[in-house]
Amino acid sequence: MTDAPGEVLPEPVASSWTTATVREVEHVGATFVKLRMEVADRHDHVPGQHYVIRLRAPDGYTAQRSYSIASDPTDPLVEVMIECLPRGEVSGFLHDVVEVGDELEVRGPIGRWFVWGGTTPSLCVAGGSGVVPFVSMARYARRTGTEPLMRIAASAQTRDRLPYADELEEYGAFIALTRENQPLADGSERVAAHLYPDELVPLADGIERAYVCGSVGFVSFVGRILGEAGVRSDAVRVEQFGPTG
Amino acid sequence: MAITRGFTGRDRRGGDDRLPPGQYDTGAGWPTLTAELTPQVDVDTWTMTVDGLVDTPTTWDWRGVHALPGSTYFGDIHCVTTWTKFDTTFTGVSVDTLLEITGVKPEATHVFATSTTGYTTNLPLADITDGKAWIVWEFDGKPLTPEHGGPVRLLVPHLYFWKSAKWITRLELRDHDEQGFWERNGYHDRGDPWLEQRYQGDA
Repeated sequence: MTDAPGEVLPEPVASSWTTATVREVEHVGATFVKLRMEVADRHDHVPGQHYVIRLRAPDGYTAQRSYSIASDPTDPLVEVMIECLPRGEVSGFLHDVVEVGDELEVRGPIGRWFVWGGTTPSLCVAGGSGVVPFVSMARYARRTGTEPLMRIAASAQTRDRLPYADELEEYGAFIALTRENQPLADGSERVAAHLYPDELVPLADGIERAYVCGSVGFVSFVGRILGEAGVRSDAVRVEQFGPTG
Repeated sequence: MAITRGFTGRDRRGGDDRLPPGQYDTGAGWPTLTAELTPQVDVDTWTMTVDGLVDTPTTWDWRGVHALPGSTYFGDIHCVTTWTKFDTTFTGVSVDTLLEITGVKPEATHVFATSTTGYTTNLPLADITDGKAWIVWEFDGKPLTPEHGGPVRLLVPHLYFWKSAKWITRLELRDHDEQGFWERNGYHDRGDPWLEQRYQGDA
């Protein structure tokens, strides 16, 4: 695993904490909340990077988590989409309590590996909320006219568990639902199922890199399909989350 | 910094001095974070090498490393993504045992760890000696699973867990420090959880 030669990496992380003022709060489906924040002393991000959000209780206790950025770098606000996890201390607070005008401690942008600079032909494969960094990449690709270099496939149990589903579809992303049949343009239906190799392999044709973001099981599953499609494992960049028990 | 309106905290354990700042108890869970696909490492071909500034560079195979005197770590582990797992048990061999066999040249100050995947991480030599680091292949009495670095990983439990390189294959002793994979990508060079050394620029 080495950085690609000649690739321009983002600057190292901004090392200090700063203040983000929440400008927009939108609940999306039952489990997601979209926050759009104005970040003081903001540094430009590269699609794929994340911010850390830190909450602070009156007695000084803090809790912090990382959240991928969904917005394009030129967006005046930084957008994150947060999935409210069962017992999630930070995600639950951001989902249930945060209002427009609140101030949060943030730090970022962070990450110099799971990033796309708009030059490498790539396939992104997302499971559920793992789609968020790819939304930033897609928005960046649309603005810069580099959509031909960036293909996206996204999988979720149901459509309302896939944030940005409409936007992704408009981008041309392939969407697979595992517990819900999907009507297709030709009037037929895609029967609920995981991504088939037949669906993913054509998308991998000609790519030089794959990004996979999702749960541990999802990443492992996609990794196997990509391997069968001839994508070398060292061309696959992974961001996986969730417990393995 | 300012208090977050409405936040009182939920996951903390009252007065638990085993939890470093900014960490939460993940309980029975063991989250994973990797930057690459999980490799399937074959124990029949895997080897472990200690070289660089040592008297006798040495390579062990799976059988050879198991023939060394075993050692068990019992205690806590801490990930930079803010989870802490209490009371883990890892079994393998102490890095001290490996270094006793190879010898250490006096000019050695750092170690550069490499995985079968090419993943790397850097550590001061003092952070892997005197009972502070292991090469491990069992977790809670069972073989270490591939997603947690099995069949064999480095274990440096007093530092954030990205230093505990999964699928370890080599420790190279050096007379200088050089950043590894996550360190080049923005993480701290040392990674002490008690000092919250998460990213470059932290104290």
